[in-house]
Amino acid sequence: MIEQFDAIVVGAGMSGNAAAYTLASQGLKVLQLERGEYPGSKNVQGAIMYANMLEKIIPDFRDDAPLERHLVEQRLWVMDDTSHTGIHYRSDDFNEAKPNRYTIIRAQFDKWFSRKVREAGATVLCETTATELVRDGNGKVIGVRTDRAGGVVFANVVVLAEGVSGLLGTRAGLREMPKPETVALAVKEMHFLPEEVIGQRFGVKGDEGCVIEAVGTISRSMAGLGFLYTNKESISLGIGCLVSDFAATMESPSALLDAMKNHPSIRPLIAGSEVKEYAAHLIPEGGYKAIPQLFGDGWVIVGDAAQLNNAIHREGSNLAMTSGRVAAEAIIKVKSRNSPMTKANLALYKTMLDDSFVIKDLKKYKDMPALLHTNSSNFFDSYPRLMSHAAQNFMRVDGTPKIEKEKNTTAAFINARSRWGLVSDAVRLALAWR
Amino acid sequence: MTIAVTKVRVEDKLYQNRYLVDSGRPHIIVRPHDKPSANLLALTYVCPAKCYELNDKGQVEITADGCMECGTCRILCEKGGDIEWNYPRGGFGVLFKFG
Ligand SMILES: Cc1cc2nc3c(=O)[nH]c(=O)nc-3n(C[C@H](O)[C@H](O)[C@H](O)COP(=O)(O)OP(=O)(O)OC[C@H]3O[C@@H](n4cnc5c(N)ncnc54)[C@H](O)[C@@H]3O)c2cc1C
Ligand code: SF4
Repeated sequence: MIEQFDAIVVGAGMSGNAAAYTLASQGLKVLQLERGEYPGSKNVQGAIMYANMLEKIIPDFRDDAPLERHLVEQRLWVMDDTSHTGIHYRSDDFNEAKPNRYTIIRAQFDKWFSRKVREAGATVLCETTATELVRDGNGKVIGVRTDRAGGVVFANVVVLAEGVSGLLGTRAGLREMPKPETVALAVKEMHFLPEEVIGQRFGVKGDEGCVIEAVGTISRSMAGLGFLYTNKESISLGIGCLVSDFAATMESPSALLDAMKNHPSIRPLIAGSEVKEYAAHLIPEGGYKAIPQLFGDGWVIVGDAAQLNNAIHREGSNLAMTSGRVAAEAIIKVKSRNSPMTKANLALYKTMLDDSFVIKDLKKYKDMPALLHTNSSNFFDSYPRLMSHAAQNFMRVDGTPKIEKEKNTTAAFINARSRWGLVSDAVRLALAWR
Repeated sequence: MTIAVTKVRVEDKLYQNRYLVDSGRPHIIVRPHDKPSANLLALTYVCPAKCYELNDKGQVEITADGCMECGTCRILCEKGGDIEWNYPRGGFGVLFKFG
């Protein structure tokens, strides 16, 4: 007997779980496929999770979700070889009844989310890789082929939540494969330390957490970002740079990570830790201009697979959850009108998403990826060095008159980049930020 | 000041990880070639699990057992035809405990 579902969701990451949960809790007959042994076994994140977007799906998630720490402090560092210059923001306001941001561990979080999806009534099949989209004579997607014996399953609509490296959509020609300059490769390690030690080193108590994000010479002139996030009994530490930059420089990602760990500003924070995992994953960084066609006859695409990732603000999981939820809500609306899942009807998903923070935020920064990519050696090497030079010149007391010190700093900037270069970088940055 | 970088072999890093290797069914294959393309050669450095290596004839070979399925090699080399890239069969491959 051929079983027909209302919807098949490919992938049980953030976007797939949000979609499957929303669909199933409205009574739709949902099949979700996940290639990992358990949901989360293939997934990597920093990971900061934004409560607001999960609340819209599971309002009481705080009752049983595996959360590590709520964030009370964020540090943004610009690093050169021996120093960091930073902006720190810490506020007791973040110690609120319903905190705004938490660190999580994805493998644990995804298992929890998947349990909720099952409780909502969806059928979740793990250890099952979807290998191909099945289409009818008119090209409409009508199901999915899997690597299980006899494995074709049919549905009115397929939600592609297959993540940044998803094969189905690209192989079926629904979207292009990401280009090397629109994805970053991130490597990450999990460093375990006793809870009290983490508390002491970061000046936090109880469930309070602190995160550090860092740019500068740690990425060796590539467009990249390092991060260090506190969990309860571990520190997630990683660095990511554009794949195109890795290919051009032939830098080794693991060596980059080791050098970052040895930086004098970072080394003391992780001293004595036990490393329990080394992971690697891509991050979509192409922004607004890299977003593919989001819907078609019998299909929608959500999350990282659709490049819905805000690299400037390090947000991805929240865009994934929101796009998954919104796609599900659009599907529910189309079904409630007894309309077919055609391209014209599923355009509702795009209309609804355009109206959300997801597309509005990505649109705001549409010129940023190209700017950072083409100017990477200035933004990630020269300027960080100059900032350190300026700060040190300002702080070191050595008998040089202050007026000379200031001239010195200005001259260093102009020597490195010329007056025109500085002005044009500033203008382009301001325009891209606008 | 120079920074002392302690060299950790990638093999030692991967040793911490859990895998279920699908013996005899590699999910990535390098197509036979005389001379590797620039991107294929870059993979001998850029693959985070160091799966790609040069053999003594100057060709690039892959041992995908430690692969973390990040997809970097696919982005760089699938289009040009240097490699064939697939996911491992369901349940096989890397199993992140934390992710
Ligand atoms: C190092 C790193 C740090 C990050 N830090 C943050 C952060 O701090 N905050 C934040 O908000 N975001 C962060 N992100 C981004 C965030 O992780 C992603 O945006 C988010 O995971 C995307 O969710 P998704 O559901 O679209 O994809 P994924 O979570 O990747 O899920 C895709 C799922 O589909 C499955 N799958 C794929 N193909 C198939 C198939 N053919 N058959 C069956 N199953 C399949 C996969 O196994 C996987 O479970 C980070 C990413 C990385 C790599
Ligand atoms: S997918 Fe990533 S880890 Fe696996 S071989 Fe390719 S580059 Fe290496």
